[in-house]
Amino acid sequence: MGAGHDFKPRILGFLCNWCSYAGADLCGVSRHQYPANLRVIRVMCSGRVDLEFVLRAFANGKDGVFVGGCWLGECHYNTEGNYDALSMMHLVKKLLECVGLNPDRLRLESVSASEGFRYGEVVTDFTTKLKDMGPIGTGEGIEQKALKLKLEAIRKLIPYIKLVEREKLRVRFKDKSEYEAFFASDELNSLFNDMIADKLAISQIMVLLQDQALSSGEIADSLGMNSTEVSKHLNNSARKRLVRFDESQKRYALA
Amino acid sequence: MTGLTSASPQQANLGDVLVVGGGISGIQASLDLAGAGFRVYLVDKSPAIGGKMSQLDKTFPTNDCSMCNLSPKFIECSRHPNIDILTNTEVVRVEGEAGNFRVTLNRKPRYVIEDKCTGCTSCVEYCPVAVPDAYNQNLSLTKAVHIHFSQAVPLITYIDHDTCLYHQDEKCNICVGVCKHNAIDLHQKPEKLEMEVGAVVLSPGFETFDPAVRGDYGYGRMKNVVTSLDFERIISSTGPTGGEIRRPSDGKHPQRIAWIQCVGSRQVIPGGNTYCSAVCCAYTQKQVILAKDHGAEIDATVFHNDIRAFGKDFERYYQRAEKLPGVRFIRSYVAIGKEMPDSKNVTIRYSTFGDGVKEEEFDLVVLSVGLSPPKDAADLANKFGIELNARGFCKTNPLNPIETSRAGIFVSGAFQGPVDIPESVVSSSGAAALCGQLLARQRGKLGREREYPEERDVSREEPRVGVFVCHCGANIGRVVNVPAVVEYASTLANVAHAQESLFACSTDNAQQISETIREKGLNRVVIAACSPRTLEPLFRDTVREGGINQYFFDMANIREQCSWVHSREKEDATEKAKDIVRMSVARTVLLNPLQEIKLPVNKAILVIGGGLAGMTSALNMAEQGFEVYLLEKNAQLGGMARKIHYTLEGLDVQAYLGELVHKIYRHPAIHISTGTTIQDVSGYVGNFMTRIKTGGRLKEILHGAVIIATGAEEYQPTEYLHGEDDRVLTLLELEGQIASKAETVMSAESLVMIQCVGCRTAERNYCSRVCCSQAIKNALKLKQIKPEMEIYIIFRDMRTYGFREDYYREAAAKGVKFIRYEPDDKPLVEVVEEGGQNLLRVTVTDPVLGQKLALDTELLALATAVVPSSSRHEISKLFKLPLNADGFFQEAHVKLKPVDFGADGVFLCGTAHYPKHMLETISQAYGAAGRALNVLTKDSVTATGAICGVHENSCIACGACISACAYDAIDFHYTAQGKKATVNPILCKGDGLCNAKCPTSAIYLNHYTDEEMYRQIDAA
Repeated sequence: MGAGHDFKPRILGFLCNWCSYAGADLCGVSRHQYPANLRVIRVMCSGRVDLEFVLRAFANGKDGVFVGGCWLGECHYNTEGNYDALSMMHLVKKLLECVGLNPDRLRLESVSASEGFRYGEVVTDFTTKLKDMGPIGTGEGIEQKALKLKLEAIRKLIPYIKLVEREKLRVRFKDKSEYEAFFASDELNSLFNDMIADKLAISQIMVLLQDQALSSGEIADSLGMNSTEVSKHLNNSARKRLVRFDESQKRYALA
Repeated sequence: MTGLTSASPQQANLGDVLVVGGGISGIQASLDLAGAGFRVYLVDKSPAIGGKMSQLDKTFPTNDCSMCNLSPKFIECSRHPNIDILTNTEVVRVEGEAGNFRVTLNRKPRYVIEDKCTGCTSCVEYCPVAVPDAYNQNLSLTKAVHIHFSQAVPLITYIDHDTCLYHQDEKCNICVGVCKHNAIDLHQKPEKLEMEVGAVVLSPGFETFDPAVRGDYGYGRMKNVVTSLDFERIISSTGPTGGEIRRPSDGKHPQRIAWIQCVGSRQVIPGGNTYCSAVCCAYTQKQVILAKDHGAEIDATVFHNDIRAFGKDFERYYQRAEKLPGVRFIRSYVAIGKEMPDSKNVTIRYSTFGDGVKEEEFDLVVLSVGLSPPKDAADLANKFGIELNARGFCKTNPLNPIETSRAGIFVSGAFQGPVDIPESVVSSSGAAALCGQLLARQRGKLGREREYPEERDVSREEPRVGVFVCHCGANIGRVVNVPAVVEYASTLANVAHAQESLFACSTDNAQQISETIREKGLNRVVIAACSPRTLEPLFRDTVREGGINQYFFDMANIREQCSWVHSREKEDATEKAKDIVRMSVARTVLLNPLQEIKLPVNKAILVIGGGLAGMTSALNMAEQGFEVYLLEKNAQLGGMARKIHYTLEGLDVQAYLGELVHKIYRHPAIHISTGTTIQDVSGYVGNFMTRIKTGGRLKEILHGAVIIATGAEEYQPTEYLHGEDDRVLTLLELEGQIASKAETVMSAESLVMIQCVGCRTAERNYCSRVCCSQAIKNALKLKQIKPEMEIYIIFRDMRTYGFREDYYREAAAKGVKFIRYEPDDKPLVEVVEEGGQNLLRVTVTDPVLGQKLALDTELLALATAVVPSSSRHEISKLFKLPLNADGFFQEAHVKLKPVDFGADGVFLCGTAHYPKHMLETISQAYGAAGRALNVLTKDSVTATGAICGVHENSCIACGACISACAYDAIDFHYTAQGKKATVNPILCKGDGLCNAKCPTSAIYLNHYTDEEMYRQIDAA
């Protein structure tokens, strides 16, 4: 699945107006060069970057998403949304990982208004890394159809994920390493599996069944899950009347 | 002249101000005065405003495009209802006194009727007389009738009387026939204008030193010897060679370019200027970087004396230039050898310590010419009744560089002496503050409000987007294929109009955009140009002029984030530019009209830091009638100035400081809190709330603006035995001992000073700016007390910029010895026991002899770094202000907003910004006051319309948004449908975090709604 040499990753970036966007401008003013793969959307604060923005970009076929915010403690706003952006990024990485996508396709960096040079370096580095990862899906060995489905499954869960985030995952640490430790902790992982992973599997099955009725084996193949898990989810979903077993076709369909 | 500014508001004073000179300094003074509610007459003798800055290609140390920064100011001036621009006009006479001057002006005939000329330039096309173009330093031709330069304000033609054929012998009047608007009037007569004004700001600028007079370095005789200003035009995209570096003799691209520094500066021989011109080192480095940018293969050689990189970020800029491949900086005096008969190349003879005299051939030689007083300085002095100093510049109050010798007449910019653009801008804002102090009672009485056309209701219209793609001269156009982007844009859905602009920000282009909006019935506008962070306000104004809501606008940044960063990948850059435009158009279609909110302004100001800077600002603001809260963390006012006893120019600092502190304490409108810390800060421009703690007592201060004047500190060295041996002092400690006539100093026969201790190092990669002059000051003081004292100054570059150079020369003449050292061969300081004595010995390599020199000295003074205040992080966090890499506060723009921050209502002055001399601090303190005046004189501030709202039908009252909002801007209210979130528009700051938290997309941030964002994401 190695990427060809001429693979040009398509990257979408969200930059906060006060630090990263200004840093990107300064990079230009300093005439520091970087590859032309990134397209930028300016937001007032990196905290405005919604889960949906990131997932939508991937669903649109972007190979990487970049979020640039202020350094922790330097947010222009009292809300300090850059901390929330950091949490959001870790959560999305988990979600990507959960569906088999490389979490490094999402990158958040703090770039201050005076770090023009660093901005260029970061963009160059991210572009190089994405080149190595290859096109989204292809790089992970996921077919385009399955990729779309998986991303759609996550996006359908966003309102739910936001509620879970608020109730269970809302943390505020002082520095990035603490965020990393928290999102790598066993406690978080079991919480994530309990609260989100199962829902995400079901969501994938639901999206898959939108088009046609399928057997549990076919579902397992399409989603790259093992059949025991699929059966478990199907049974649960059937109990909640989300899906039904079509006796005539011997297949599961949406209820 | 008295010490302190004594001008005080009088009832009878008039509220109009005359500003003489329309360069950047005069423009800034006009804008600040007009913004503070005074009527301004901006007079310039040339046919357009802009001055020298309009001739520059880029500005150091950021390489920002000069015109890109300047031309929006032109537009601001020309649109401002309180500013009358009078070009082609000279002052004839000034009578009266401060507060009530009668001014007579002579408006020279332009032979073009301003109201009728549309700037179509048909007349230029048909005019048969080709004349050298002064704007392009006579390196190209223009016509006897022409527009001064393409972004000129006013953008209309004028006829040069001296070359027009009609005015020679009435031979030609083609232009009259050609002009469809009957705008040419060859019989126009000079017009006499009289007006009464309360104050005058003189900002006539400078002349570049003219090397032709003496024929310096072959200038005038050899075609390939040009001045730095000539070269500025040669590299400019609007210059005589269209932005390509071509040399005058044959139009070829020069490969080997030499710069010769200090041309006309630092000279005692007749015809030269004795002082240092202060800007040439940095502008030469800029030209080197730009030349290398134009052609990587160019070899650049700079022949220099000291490198005076004393400004903020200049040291790094010098390093950047010096590290470029093919760039040499050679410390040597030079002589021009000969011009090669065939190639017209020029040889330069120079010598270095290692290699002796060499002769080298160059394709082009650039003379880094200095700054001279304006040619008509004597005439100006005469008319305005002011005095000049010995160097021919304006004589200023020794304690206030903005005051002339005549009350009510202020001076800003380079007429004070050689200064860079930011200092010039600072003094302009300062002049506004001083005029404000003089004329406070008339403020706002003559002011006029800006009127806009009525906003068209477009709610029933289909989206009709207009796309304007800017070339930005060559900044965008040289990389991005602009016509291709325009063509692409016109194929996009909803685009009704797409076109190119040479400079979208120039007055005529902006006007044309407004007209196009009206004529083509556009209801959305995309301008693909520079960053929205620079010109969004200007273009929103342009859109408003076009009769639609200003939020129907988006900027596509194809310069800072495209052409400038992909300059070698033209195709990729063009594709990216198309994408950026497509994203912008997609977003724009969904934009909604928004209304801005007006919030009342609290008329009090908080000044943080009770040093010289803070006190100067505070007193000025109080004199203008504002309540001032002055905070000082120490028990006493005075700051660093308490340790300074005299200045290089010989002023008694403590006497001045005492007088100032006395005035501060006596002033009823100044509330002083010493020994005070700040607990927290909330609010925004016009309405801040700061909680302070003084001796255990808490207090809340409500204020509309704040000035940060937190100062700096002296680096406490561990180098060179400081702290171990009592004979080793810092410069400030030495000064204290001189002032107190301490025995150690009075009895000493010898003194060594070491410069650059703790700065210009890897850890502190900046120059502390003041230490060279401080060393000279103390050396001169000691020589005055004890002429026989042996004094050595061991230095890297003597950076006695500006008039301070004269004192450097004086010190050398009085026997102070100067030894230069290299950073990798620092002096060695040790205590040596010899003959029963503990000798303090400094060993240094003498660069001339190439030998080690051992100096036994009784005293060693270290010129230590000025380091940022220890409170900087705290203040930076409280007010959310950026610091630069060195820990000094980062202003909004190094050139044109030197005392502003990105955040509105917060201003900066003194050494918190960067190390600076006392007079520079005073000037900047007035500058900060002048800028703050622009906030506090207004009755309301406008808050952005891009704030949150709630779709109540979707709101499930989960409270996610409420818990996210640290501004407490969201609350529940009860509706027929139950509890719903609601947003207080005054408290909402528009960061949009709540949007990302809302599970049902019920809360939305205007101008960045989910739908708008999705469109943009999908179009990417």
